[in-house]
Amino acid sequence: MLKRKDILGIRDLTAEEILCILETAREMKEKIENKKAREKSLKNFSIVTLFYENSTRTKMSFALAGEYLGADVSDLGVATSSVNKGESLVDTGITLDQMGIDIMVIRHSMSGAANVLARNVKASVINAGDGVNEHPTQALLDLYTIYEKKKSFKDLKVAIIGDIIHSRVARSNVFGLTKLGANVVVGGPSTLISKNMEYLGAKVTMDIKEALKDADIVMGLRIQMERQKGGLFPDLREYRDLFGINEEMMKYAKPDALLMHPGPVNRGIELSTEIIDGSQSVINEQVKNGVAVRMALLHLLAEGRKNNEDIDSKWTHTRSFIQNRWDQRYIG
Amino acid sequence: MVENGIIAAVEENISASADQIIDAKGYWVAPGLIDVHVHLREPGYEYKETIKTGSRAAAKGGFTTICCMPNTNPVVDNEILVEYIKMKAEREAIVNVLPIGSITKGQKGEELANIGKMAEAGICAISEDGKTVMNAGLLKKAMKYASMFNLPVLSHCEDITLVGGGVMNAGEMSERLGMKGIGADAEEVIVARDIILARNTGVKLHICHISTAGSVQLVREAKLRGEYVSAEVCPHHFSLTDEAVEGYDANTKMNPPLRSAKDVKSLKEGLKDHTIDIIATDHAPHHIDEKNCEYDRAAFGIVGLETALPLSITHLVEENILTPLELIEKMSTNPAKLLGIDKGSLQVGKTADITIIDPDETYEIDVNSFASKSKNSPFHGYRVKGKVKYTIVGGKMVFNNGELI
Repeated sequence: MLKRKDILGIRDLTAEEILCILETAREMKEKIENKKAREKSLKNFSIVTLFYENSTRTKMSFALAGEYLGADVSDLGVATSSVNKGESLVDTGITLDQMGIDIMVIRHSMSGAANVLARNVKASVINAGDGVNEHPTQALLDLYTIYEKKKSFKDLKVAIIGDIIHSRVARSNVFGLTKLGANVVVGGPSTLISKNMEYLGAKVTMDIKEALKDADIVMGLRIQMERQKGGLFPDLREYRDLFGINEEMMKYAKPDALLMHPGPVNRGIELSTEIIDGSQSVINEQVKNGVAVRMALLHLLAEGRKNNEDIDSKWTHTRSFIQNRWDQRYIG
Repeated sequence: MVENGIIAAVEENISASADQIIDAKGYWVAPGLIDVHVHLREPGYEYKETIKTGSRAAAKGGFTTICCMPNTNPVVDNEILVEYIKMKAEREAIVNVLPIGSITKGQKGEELANIGKMAEAGICAISEDGKTVMNAGLLKKAMKYASMFNLPVLSHCEDITLVGGGVMNAGEMSERLGMKGIGADAEEVIVARDIILARNTGVKLHICHISTAGSVQLVREAKLRGEYVSAEVCPHHFSLTDEAVEGYDANTKMNPPLRSAKDVKSLKEGLKDHTIDIIATDHAPHHIDEKNCEYDRAAFGIVGLETALPLSITHLVEENILTPLELIEKMSTNPAKLLGIDKGSLQVGKTADITIIDPDETYEIDVNSFASKSKNSPFHGYRVKGKVKYTIVGGKMVFNNGELI
């Protein structure tokens, strides 16, 4: 049972809550391939996906996760919606709220956007990535993948390599992994990583070999061209040669190390094609686990909405906030 | 005793009869507070604040004189706009309003504004507030030119090339919250630059809203070398740290941003040893729609006129950083000195600008009670000590025991 209205970040979750989600995901995973096992626990629940940024995996897997549980899922095509006429995030949220949406899944280019939406609507909000802050469902599916393969997080060494500074995936994983007892090392070029990551409990290094040494898990990250304001490294060729992970580099990790990547991959840049398609890679399984984890979250939030007093009190708070807002706009 | 708008006598026992007698027993009777850093938003942004509503907020906060920044629309860069503000203020304001002119035309940082013509029209200072004149050569010319009219230069210190889209202090909290940070270097580089540029120009350089430990040290060192520089601090910068940003409430977003606990400590030290001369609000009203939105998208700035005095008493006097007298110096006497105006004193013969304060009343700040048009304050529900009871401007009561007149 999750006693929350919203899932905004891994930073807010306790280790117990994370494990509860992972255990639920294990039950859900079976339903993906076994159609007979699918139940309609989310019948009459409405879910909307609200993506201000591009997505293949996250958006599709939320849509499918909802459908596998019997919910009605719709997508607000942000590019063709009134957002293009200048409607604000808050007004968009309130509008959808009025239509009786139960769960809103939002991706946005600005940190904290999901928090802003959550406190203005009574629907449950799931953060599907906000700026450079968090991507909790990606971290949960990564955690699930590790949990399934390694059975425990205790004392695992996880190396996260690449464009750390622009990566909400790295941050959510650091929050989650450290809560569950793993040791996290983040590595990358000094302009794509901040020493401040140590405040979050990760070890920071610019030496990729040191980061990879004896790692149980190697997680590559995408170079985020869309978030680069230029000049953070000379060019892709140099990046690949100095910081890319290939078969040679993987030898520094443990022989049974898993190779992960949140996708989409820039093939041949942060990871070589040989290791992406190699035996240590679990990248494709991560995608399947993504559906299972999102089913688990939708299921748990819906259960909570069906019968949870705590959430009711939060709604009161939300309503009063909206009340203030209207007061000021039309009466003040 | 006040007579015809002038302080007629300051004595223990005055036998003369009066139209109104205020019982100020246990209260502080102070020269009217002066705020050198206010945004009144008029002309151009009247939905956020007007000269009228801003002046009413000032009166409630105990300020008898406020200086309004020129980043309006259009920018106050010539005498016509100065005359407009003066005219509106005369008609609608209940406290003294002194306009500040911009340094460059349209705040574009390209050519000097009509500084001389604006001086004739009655500006009290020049400032590019909200922006920094990044062209050092141009700023130096402005400093030399302004010194001719004895106008102080109020310097907003922020190197835009170092800000890089930051929205809060760079440090542990920005890392935890996943937000882009504004480092101390963005401010300190310009503080250092402006101190160097001001040398030998004869200008009165004043550093606006100082927020970092490094800036305090730069100003301290300049003063020790005997250079003319003054500095102001805003109450929110010594009352809150960047931990307040938790929850992504954009009412905690301002420029410069809330800094670390270490910076707050340095600001208090700077106030104590008089490196920091002035407390100013940087009153920056914004509409709720500009705050109830994504943090990155939200406007920078918070309202401050109605919270400055209680926050200062709570965090400076109660914590023994400043004596009551020193606090009033920094909120009235020193601002008057910087501006070169005959205020900030209760001597016989001076204009009767007076603020009467109950230093002991404790209460919670309620943004809904603000006279300001905007309610963008992170201090809603914040417990404070010290309340303005009466504000008198030129002998006229404008705030009478809780009631605006």
